[in-house]
Amino acid sequence: MLRRAKPLFHKLLGSAILMGMLGHQAVADEVERWQVNMTPGVTPVSQEIYGLHMLIFWICVAISVIVFGALAYTIYAHRRSKNREPSTFHEHLGLEIFWTAIPFLILVVMAIPATRSLIHMYDTDTEVDLDVVVTGYQWKWQYEYLGKEVSFFSNLHEDSNAARQLGSGVDVNTIPNYLLEVDRPLVVPVKQKIRFLVTANDVIHAWWVPALGIKRDAIPGFVRESWAYIEEPGIYRGVCAELCGRDHGFMPIVVQAVEQAEFNEWIAQEQAAAAELRELAAQTFTFEDLYERGEGVYNRSCAACHGAQGQGVPGAFPAIAGSAVATGPLEAHLDVVLNGVPGTAMQAFGAQLSPVDIAAVVTFQRNAFGNNMGDQVQPVDVVQQQNQ
Amino acid sequence: MAHGPAKGISRWLFTTNHKDIGTMYMWFSFAMFLLGGAFAMVIRAELFQPGMQLVEPEFFNQMTTMHGLVMVFGAIMPAFVGLANWMIPLMIGAPDMALPRMNNWSFWILPFAFLMLASTFFMEGGAPNFGWTFYAPLSTTYAPPSVTFFIFAVHIMGASSIMGSINIIATVLNMRAPGMTLMKMPLFVWTWLITAFLLVAVMPVLAGAVTMMLMDIHFGTSFFDAAGGGDPVLFQHVFWFFGHPEVYIIILPGFGVVSQVIPAFSRKPLFGYSSMVYATASIAFLSFIVWAHHMFTVGMPLAGELYFMYATMLIAVPTGVKVFNWITTMWRGSMTFETPMLFAIAFVILFTMGGFTGLMLGIAPSDIQYHDSYFVVAHFHYTMVAGAIFSLTAGIYYWLPKWTGKMYNETLGKTQFWIAFIGFNLTFFPQHFVGLAGMQRRVPDYALQFADFNMLSSIGAFMFGMSQLMLLFNVINTILAGKRAEKDKVWDGAEGLEWTVPSPAPYHTFSTPPQVK
Repeated sequence: MLRRAKPLFHKLLGSAILMGMLGHQAVADEVERWQVNMTPGVTPVSQEIYGLHMLIFWICVAISVIVFGALAYTIYAHRRSKNREPSTFHEHLGLEIFWTAIPFLILVVMAIPATRSLIHMYDTDTEVDLDVVVTGYQWKWQYEYLGKEVSFFSNLHEDSNAARQLGSGVDVNTIPNYLLEVDRPLVVPVKQKIRFLVTANDVIHAWWVPALGIKRDAIPGFVRESWAYIEEPGIYRGVCAELCGRDHGFMPIVVQAVEQAEFNEWIAQEQAAAAELRELAAQTFTFEDLYERGEGVYNRSCAACHGAQGQGVPGAFPAIAGSAVATGPLEAHLDVVLNGVPGTAMQAFGAQLSPVDIAAVVTFQRNAFGNNMGDQVQPVDVVQQQNQ
Repeated sequence: MAHGPAKGISRWLFTTNHKDIGTMYMWFSFAMFLLGGAFAMVIRAELFQPGMQLVEPEFFNQMTTMHGLVMVFGAIMPAFVGLANWMIPLMIGAPDMALPRMNNWSFWILPFAFLMLASTFFMEGGAPNFGWTFYAPLSTTYAPPSVTFFIFAVHIMGASSIMGSINIIATVLNMRAPGMTLMKMPLFVWTWLITAFLLVAVMPVLAGAVTMMLMDIHFGTSFFDAAGGGDPVLFQHVFWFFGHPEVYIIILPGFGVVSQVIPAFSRKPLFGYSSMVYATASIAFLSFIVWAHHMFTVGMPLAGELYFMYATMLIAVPTGVKVFNWITTMWRGSMTFETPMLFAIAFVILFTMGGFTGLMLGIAPSDIQYHDSYFVVAHFHYTMVAGAIFSLTAGIYYWLPKWTGKMYNETLGKTQFWIAFIGFNLTFFPQHFVGLAGMQRRVPDYALQFADFNMLSSIGAFMFGMSQLMLLFNVINTILAGKRAEKDKVWDGAEGLEWTVPSPAPYHTFSTPPQVK
């Protein structure tokens, strides 16, 4: 209903009030602006939620027409200039029973479909076709296809990430899907029951994709379930919905739903790429290769906390430049990166990055930002330490 | 025998007079209101456009956190305690509060609590940045070092609230004038009595929650850490067992104020006095058994989810009773629309809208989409700002002539009302839309499709902020240069013992108790 009313609404607000104020151009015009309602989504659950939402909305509208109508009438008709002598009536048992009972009955009418939807949403055990483990990290998501040996991290896209820095000088209106684009989307097949096993590595996050009708808190140490049966191929975007620290607003979700055949092809490619990466870990790299690769890894995985120049954030995140760890014994440095520091925001990157990337970033950290250790780490050293 | 106030600063430091303490509470809470409002202005300025323009995300999180904490614990709660201090003895015909020395103490520890809280801005790592709901482990393992000072500040605020509540309960139960039976008490007194019981019940729970945090942070326990056998969700259960009654603590005295103002300007008694009392008590009772509706997305078992949904929906019934009562009170009255009445009517309309969205949020399946989105931000500002702040403003304009013996500037009051009303709706109504469209709360930046409504919101917020300065100006102007109130009973439709004493109310009132028919 509201969707149909939108063009008029757009015109009224858009032209009358705001024409002069708004300067968003080209890219921004592609996104749906002035959206006023929830998406019906692309799963049976999201559509049920939408139906329920609209049902309650219209019930509330109907009640408010009566209540606010009565209020408006009395304000008009019973002001002193029209009605000098106030009545003195008060207390009326019949009326009071009436306006207690009727709302109660309306609530029952709402509760019945709500209960039915909720039972449907909680059906995470029957006929599951694919399990995806979703793990929230400060501030990225990890997706693991259970039993398929495919796992990767999904970060905010670098264009958005560059533009969103304070004083970046980039006009965010020129960034496609600003803050809603990632480097690697979650790819899933359509017309399959996908179960999401949601957890977190550090603080509580929440995995929210409106079009899928899913919002599930990601709680460290616990696994919560949710599911989706996506009916049409497409790209569906979402965000982290639970405050999870500084970059809470910058860890979007992109779900790419594709046909089953395409999905099978994609997963085969991913498996091959993972095998290739394992092979790469056995090779020896030059210092220059490691340093260069390490810089990229640093910017993606470390700079958010430790700063683009390794300066850290005083009181929150230690600096890399001149730090005791990065200029101390190599083994201890590698241990911090691999296993994290329990009780702090320093994550264990052993599971997040390949041995090649870890070797590269440690080498980079020891030789950048004025650190001048002159040593390097090879992927084989990383694998060796991981296996200890 | 009767003596006036002491001279100089010692009057305020050592006073045990309920009017002095009430005045201090009001001024303190207004100062906190401006501080919390300044934080809100920073938030809205950053959100004026997409992209980061003014502050770093860490600082933004400190702003949202401190805005919530200062508004809830520093502005709204002390303001209502101030109203209670001033008005409850006057309304029940008591000479003062039952425990005057404790009254002094419960006020004077508050400024220290907030001084400690505000000092965290200057500490390494900055102020608390984990949201006013301070979910663990973000507020424990991952918190800035200043969290310890936050915990102590919460303890002190809690102690202050508990002492204030004990005082109110003791006063209402023991100090009523002869003939003032419980069921003759003005509704403001009733709502505060019930609120005080809520406070005494839940503030210790909050103290427990922050103490467990303190233990987790400094003494190696693992209440909220799964690695040590704890559970982060436990924190949420404990917090919301406090937190849901807390939101009614914030709104119930507002119900009371509006139930005084609407009959006065309708010149007609409250339609259903006893059903209003029972409705208030029912809301208070229900507030204890619905807490987990704030946690529909944590993955509770189905049975828990269903129970909390049904219980939450029930709140609509007594809340509806209240709204219907206010409207039938106006019905066939002889209404005039002075500033207090305008704020009271706006309260009824806007609070009802907050009630509707509350009902929607209570429907667990739909809440999956609403939860932690801007829809929630819109909802609770409709209940808390339009609920608590509008009713407080109505109360201030309504009783200001009684406190000062002078009339405020009616034109300025009405102008303030319209700017506040339009500004408020411009700020928070569009937030329903962006929330439904997928914008999550507590973010310093957003996707481009939310840009237009956010700009409207920010413009509205600046308007609303400005309207509060007009209130401040109007009050100061009344005190310094207001016209003398011609009658002790400045509102011809007002009822109650407070209107039987002179305006301004003398330093000591009801030294001999009045007889209530």
